[in-house]
Amino acid sequence: MSEASLDVGTLIDRLETALREEIARRELLDPVMIGIHTGGAWIAERLHARLGLKEPLGLLNISFYRDDFSEIGMHPQVSRSVLPFRVEGRNILLIDDVFYTGRTVRAALNEIFDYGRPAQVVLGVLIERNGRQIPIRPDCIGGTLVLKAEQRIKLTGPEPLALSIHSV
Amino acid sequence: MSERILVKGGRVIDPASGLDGLHDLYLAEGRVVALDVPPDGFTADFEVGARGKIVCPGFIDLCARLREPGHEHKATIAGESRAVAAAGITTLCCPPDTDPVIDTPAVANLIREKAQLTGTLRVLPIGALTRGLQGRDLSEMSALRSAGCLAVGNAHAPLANTLVLRRALEYAASYDLLVVIRPEDPHLADRGCAHEGPVSTRMGLPGIPETAETVAVAQVLALMEHTGARVHFAQISSGRAVRMIAKAQADGIPVSADVAAHQLHLTETDIEGFDALCHVRPPLRGRADREILREALRDGVIAAICSDHQPHEPGAKLDAFPATAPGMASLQTLLPLALQLADEGVLTLSRALAALTSGPAAVLGLELGALRPGAPADICIFDPEECWTVGEDTWLSDGRNTPFWKKTVTGRVTHTFFSGRLAFGH
Amino acid sequence: MSAALPARDLQLDTTGRLKHFLTIEGLRRELLERIMDTAESFSSVTEQTVKKVPLLRGKTVVNLFFETSTRTRTTFELAAKRLSADVLNVNIATSATSKGESLLDTIRNIEAMHVDMFVVRHAESGAAHFIARHVAPHVSVINAGDGRHAHPTQAMLDMFTIRKLKGGFENLTVAIVGDILHSRVARSEIHALNILGAKEVRVIGPRTLLPAAVESLGVVTCHDLDEGLEAVDVVIMLRLQKERMSGAFIPSEHEYFARFGLTGKRLSRARPDAIVMHPGPVNRGVEIDSEVADGHRSVILQQVTHGIAIRMAIMSMAMRPDREGQSGDRLA
Repeated sequence: MSEASLDVGTLIDRLETALREEIARRELLDPVMIGIHTGGAWIAERLHARLGLKEPLGLLNISFYRDDFSEIGMHPQVSRSVLPFRVEGRNILLIDDVFYTGRTVRAALNEIFDYGRPAQVVLGVLIERNGRQIPIRPDCIGGTLVLKAEQRIKLTGPEPLALSIHSV
Repeated sequence: MSERILVKGGRVIDPASGLDGLHDLYLAEGRVVALDVPPDGFTADFEVGARGKIVCPGFIDLCARLREPGHEHKATIAGESRAVAAAGITTLCCPPDTDPVIDTPAVANLIREKAQLTGTLRVLPIGALTRGLQGRDLSEMSALRSAGCLAVGNAHAPLANTLVLRRALEYAASYDLLVVIRPEDPHLADRGCAHEGPVSTRMGLPGIPETAETVAVAQVLALMEHTGARVHFAQISSGRAVRMIAKAQADGIPVSADVAAHQLHLTETDIEGFDALCHVRPPLRGRADREILREALRDGVIAAICSDHQPHEPGAKLDAFPATAPGMASLQTLLPLALQLADEGVLTLSRALAALTSGPAAVLGLELGALRPGAPADICIFDPEECWTVGEDTWLSDGRNTPFWKKTVTGRVTHTFFSGRLAFGH
Repeated sequence: MSAALPARDLQLDTTGRLKHFLTIEGLRRELLERIMDTAESFSSVTEQTVKKVPLLRGKTVVNLFFETSTRTRTTFELAAKRLSADVLNVNIATSATSKGESLLDTIRNIEAMHVDMFVVRHAESGAAHFIARHVAPHVSVINAGDGRHAHPTQAMLDMFTIRKLKGGFENLTVAIVGDILHSRVARSEIHALNILGAKEVRVIGPRTLLPAAVESLGVVTCHDLDEGLEAVDVVIMLRLQKERMSGAFIPSEHEYFARFGLTGKRLSRARPDAIVMHPGPVNRGVEIDSEVADGHRSVILQQVTHGIAIRMAIMSMAMRPDREGQSGDRLA
C-alpha cells in the first residue's frame, strides 16, 4: 500500500466490510464493541454507528495493563475504562487503529478478561503494519502497510481523522 | 619548657585595654612580657610573623562539652583538644553533665588533669548545682569550690521545684560561687524540639515556647534579689529574656548572660526539611529574637559568645528529627561566626573579640583574656580574611554534627599559644 | 545557611515527577489534580470481576508501621494488592526498634530484601523525610502519617471526595474542627485546600488545641463552633484523643462535646448542601453526634472507599521505573 492510499475513509469502509463478513461467518449474535483509547476509540465510534449496534460503545484505557510500566513508569495522563455492559458470555468486537507489536492487544485482552469471560473476541484494526512481536493477529483489517523499523504510523483526530508516517 | 617568642608585626587587639594597632608582642616564661619594646636581654627563640593577621588573647569559651568522662563514644578531652587549639580557644568551661556528674572533687580533678596532660588548654569544670544533677539535693559546693570550681550550674537538668532553686542559690552565695543557669521551665518545654512558632506549627514539631525561657529567667531573677546570689544565664535564646536581663542589670542585680554563636546566625527556618544538624537546645528561634540577641551583644547586656560545643557520634543525628540528640559541634566555627557579625556591621571587631575574651573572663572573674604584661601568654593569632571550608581536611573535632559542613567560612586561626607554648600552628 | 534540602526537592525528580510522597506542602496544583484524575480512573477497577490491574506486578511494597493503625494499613495493603504488587506488612511498633535497633538499621535490613516502596507510618514528625533521604535510589517512600506533621494520602482522599461531591474548590468554605494542634491530617488538608484554591479554610477549636501562629498556614481561626459553621460548604471533624483530657488541653469529653461536638442543630448553620467528613475512627458523642455521623450529609464511608483509589494513584505515580528517563511509544 502506498502513502497515497492512507485515506482513513476508505480504510474504515474496508474494515466495516470485513467486520460484517466476520460477524456473518461466525454467526455472532448481538455483538458489543470496545474501542481502545484513543485512536481505536475514534474508529470504533464510527463503526459502532455504521453497524447499528444496540448497546453503547465500550472504551478501554489499557494504561494499567501496559507491559512497559517497569521501563517507563506511570503514564502521565490516564482516563478511565468504561464498559457499559456485562462482558461475561458476550461476543466482542475489539477495535484499534494500528496493529504493530501486538502488545496493546494483549494488554486489552487481559483487561477485558478482568471484567469477565467473553464468548468470542474479534479484533478489527484500521491498519496492520509489520513488526509483530507476539502471536496475536487481527481478524479484520482496513489495510496493511510495510514500514521500516524506525518508522511509525500515527492516527490523529478525532476530527478530521488522518494517518501520518514519521521516523523516530 | 616555654620559650621566648616574638610575635612580630601583627594587628594586636586587646579589648580589655582597648589596644588596637600594629605592635610586636614579646612572650617569655609563659607570660606576656612586653609590647613593642623588648625587655633587656630578650632574645627570641623564635619569631612568628603576624603581618596581616590579628593577635588577640586566647579565647575563653563558657560552654563546651568535651564528653569526658562518660561519653567517650562521642569525644574525648585529648581528641577535642586539637580542635580547641585550632579554634583559638585556650580556656573553656565544661558543664557538669558528664557521667559521672561533676558533683565531687574527684570528677572535677579528673577533668582538669586530663586537660593538663594535653598541655594545650585550660578546662574549668563547672560543678553540679544539685547532686547527680537530680534537681533535689544540694551538691557539696564547698568541696567543689576547694577543688577549683569557680561556678556551679544545672546544665540542661531541671530543678525539682522553686524551693530547691532558692536554697541552691542561697547556698552557692554562701561560698561566693557563681551560679550558671540554663533557664528552661521543664513543663513549658515539655517534649518540644523546636521553637514554638510558624515553622514548628507547619512542620508539626512539638514546640518549646519562648515562655519556657522567660518564666525560668523571671523565677531566678526574683529569687536572686532575696538570696544575694550571682547568676550567669547560659545560652540565652529569646528576645524577651534578654530584655528581662537588661532590666535586671539596670537595676543593679549581678546577672550576666552568654549566647551560643549559632543563635546569632541561624533561625527557626534553618530546620526546614527536618535538618537534624540544626536541632539544638535551646531551639533556634525567630528572626526578631536573633536581632535582639545581636543588639544585646552590642550593648553589653550579653557579655560572651560561647561555642556551646556538643560533639555527637554520627548515629545521634540519624533518626526522625525529634528523636535526634540536640546540639552541634562548633569549636572551630566560633571565631568565623563571631567575625561574621563584625563583617555584617553588627559589632565592631573589637567588640566581637571582647565577647570571646574579656567578656567571658569578667563573667568568671578570671585574670585571663587580656594581653597586659604579666598575664599568661594565652594568645590567638588569626587571619581575618582567610576562607576555609569546613570538612574532612580542616575539622578536628570528633563530632561532625555541624550544619556548616562543606560550607566556606571566613577567618582562620593560624597560631594558638597556651601559657607561652605553641598549641596550634602551621 | 544550612544544608538540608526542602521537602519539594526530595519529593520530585528533575522532571517534576513524583519520587516520594511525603507532604502536600510545596506541591503544584496540577500534580494534585493529576493524582485525583488518576484515582478517578482507578475507580473503574472496582467494577471489574477481577478487582485488580497488573500495573505493579513484580514490585514489592512494604508497609512499615512504627505506629499501629489497622485502618490505614489495610487500605494501603488493598491498594497495593489491586495494583498486583506484593505486599509485606512490617509492624515495628512493638518489635525491632524497641530492641535497640536504630531506625536506619531497620530500613537497611528491609531494603536488602529488594523492595521497591516503603509505606511509612511513624509517631515522630519528619520520620518519612528521614527515611526518604536515606533509602536506596530506586526505592520510593509514601508517608502514611508522621507525628503531627503530615498525612498526605488522607488529605488527598478527602480532596478527592470533596471534588467528586462539590465539583471543585474555588468557591468553597471549609471548616476543620477540633484538635488541630496534634493533627497531621489537618496540616495536610490545610495545605491541599490552599493549593487547590479553596475560598476560605477555617480552623475551629479551643485555644489549647490550636497550634501557635496557625494563621501562618493560611487559615482563619475561630473558637466558637456555632459561629464557625456559618455558611460552610464542608465540615471536617477531627478525632479527639482520650489523652487530651489528662494533658490539660480540655476539661472533659462532656464539656468538649457541649462546645465543639457536631450536632444536627449546629450543622443547620452550615449551607444546606454542606457535607460532613471525618478521617476516622469516629468518637461518637465526643466530637460528633451519631445522628450526624450516620446522617445523609455524612460522607465518611465514601472517604474510606475513595482512600483505596487515591492510594492506588499515588503508589503507581511514585513507583520508580527500572530504567529512568525513558519515555515514548514502545507499544502499538
